Amino acid sequence: MRARMLAAIVCGLIFGAGLVISDMINPGRVLAFLDVAGSWDPSLAFVMGGALIPSAVANIIRSRGSAPLLDSRFYVPTNRSIDWKLVTGAALFGLGWGLVGFCPGPAIAALSTGRWEAALFVAAMLVGMLVYRLSHRQRLPNYSAN
Amino acid sequence: MTEINYLWPLAGGLLIGLSAGLYLLLNGRIAGISGLAAAAAGLTHDGDSKLGLGFLAGIIAGAWLTATLVRHPDITLTSSPALLIAAGLIVGYGTRLGSGCTSGHGVCGLARLSPRSLAATAIFIAVAGATVFVTRHLVGVQP
Repeated sequence: MRARMLAAIVCGLIFGAGLVISDMINPGRVLAFLDVAGSWDPSLAFVMGGALIPSAVANIIRSRGSAPLLDSRFYVPTNRSIDWKLVTGAALFGLGWGLVGFCPGPAIAALSTGRWEAALFVAAMLVGMLVYRLSHRQRLPNYSAN
Repeated sequence: MTEINYLWPLAGGLLIGLSAGLYLLLNGRIAGISGLAAAAAGLTHDGDSKLGLGFLAGIIAGAWLTATLVRHPDITLTSSPALLIAAGLIVGYGTRLGSGCTSGHGVCGLARLSPRSLAATAIFIAVAGATVFVTRHLVGVQP
């Protein structure tokens, strides 16, 4: 558990660094990407393209092994069906993302700047997650056998 | 200097993907920040709240260190409390209902060719773009 905890912290450090270097921590930059009708800023496409390369390589490596280095199995969802929950949830997330320019990662990273706006957004986000938790009887997700 | 403008996002994206890839290969888990945040707040069943807290603390520390040592972000952000609260609530609820956000679906899910993540990413980018169009160009409430 201690090794997994260390891995989580290190991965978080790299993730936070990536959000600042790419400037995705800045909602103004994100909204400029989403504003196709305005002065469009393609930055986010490069961030996503860049992120997909190592992420895809990791998935290829994963497909050749039976278990991760620090745990006995992979916890990767196997559900492949596109249902109303997914569609509605993604649409709601897109609405909130477009209103302010914050998605969860950048909002949490922006807590490091001490901006009250980020703290208010994250607090509201956690309340939104709590509302979901209270209104849905969650079942354990289906994970792949390995 | 347009090339430089693409190097920062590309370099940052590579780091984000490296983080997601390492988390998968080391801990066997998806580096989806909405899921990790819910876990950190004790709002999931999987008992991963400590890992979620560790990852989130890492994000905050990594962002602070990078802002101090490498690149100071110039953050443009609405100061309307009503807008921040509304957006936060919707993002929190929506990411749980839709099982992920930009990182979980966009970075991790697309990389493993998940049809759910492909659909979710297309939907949230389209809806976010439409939202920006309405708020900026039709209503004019957004900076």
